Amino acid sequence: MLGPYEYAVWLICTLLEAAVLVCAAKKNALRRYLLLNAYMAVSVVVSIARYNILSHHGYSSNEYLYFYYYSDFLLTIALFFALTSLYSHIFAELEAGRYIRIGAVILLSGTALFSYAVVQQSSAKLVTHFVVELSQNLYFVGLVLTYVLWAAVLKLRETRARLIQLILSMGVYFSMFAANYALQNLYHNRVTLFAYLTPLLGCFLPLSWTYAFWRIPEDARLVPSRLAVVPR
Amino acid sequence: MMAGFILVCSVVLLLQFFVSYCRSLIAASAKQALSPEVRDVAGIPRAASGEDFVRVMQLLQLCPEPPEDRSSIQAIGAYFRLLSFLRGTLARMVPSMHAWTESERGHCAYFAAVALERRIAFSRGMLAQQMEN
Repeated sequence: MLGPYEYAVWLICTLLEAAVLVCAAKKNALRRYLLLNAYMAVSVVVSIARYNILSHHGYSSNEYLYFYYYSDFLLTIALFFALTSLYSHIFAELEAGRYIRIGAVILLSGTALFSYAVVQQSSAKLVTHFVVELSQNLYFVGLVLTYVLWAAVLKLRETRARLIQLILSMGVYFSMFAANYALQNLYHNRVTLFAYLTPLLGCFLPLSWTYAFWRIPEDARLVPSRLAVVPR
Repeated sequence: MMAGFILVCSVVLLLQFFVSYCRSLIAASAKQALSPEVRDVAGIPRAASGEDFVRVMQLLQLCPEPPEDRSSIQAIGAYFRLLSFLRGTLARMVPSMHAWTESERGHCAYFAAVALERRIAFSRGMLAQQMEN
């Protein structure tokens, strides 16, 4: 059963996701960051659909459970492609868009195969466990990809402040979720703590993107080497 | 075993991304000059130091906040606490780290002062709107 805290965080998160779209539209960044905004739009739609199913079937119903995990799986894949769109921004001058798309599909297929191999040996509800396993693994793959992208930003001396903030916020988001999933796997008995923590972590990405679209102009520049933990 | 490995990697990368993200927020505000009025209110006559941060944050809480400000101020607050923790532990053994944490804490205080300036302007704007109505 969801309490006032869960409902409040859910509502805030959905409003923030909508706020990202509004800010992006107001600052003429909807098309420039199309996949990022598409991800936020899908998140809003999924959130409304989840609420609809929850109010009709209840929290412990199979309908809600299946919809929750399958929609989460789709959102993770959407976020994965949103991340690859950031690669396209960074490597735009090298005209590497096609290779990035092919690489993303290969990586996604590889992660899917790995996840299938993991659940195949130990699971009765194969498809459902596969969906959950793949979502969790994609967060870690996303984290590694964001780190590679950040390294490319530093190497290529990318200076677009908004793009840098979007990449860094994605890095923080992926690492928080990857750590959260790893902790959940290590400490199964602390379910209550994770029930509080996980929805709160979900608010970070829309909050940081709202800030990036609203406060940082597209032409703002900064020196990325000054942001690195180890000075370059 | 696998979960432990993922946890360690994630926490290390989280720290890296978090520090860089906070520094990108600070870098954006570092270019903005503070008005003499805000310098006076915040008690920052010249360069901001880490000691100013708590006072400026208290002043910030007195002003109505624009919603888009919230995440950045919370992130910098968490970054400041992380720096203070490092200053009280690791930096005691590594002198160069002590200087670095102190300089970063000063940047955090400057960021908060810039946010204070923005909030004062926001409050004045709201007041002007009310007067018009």
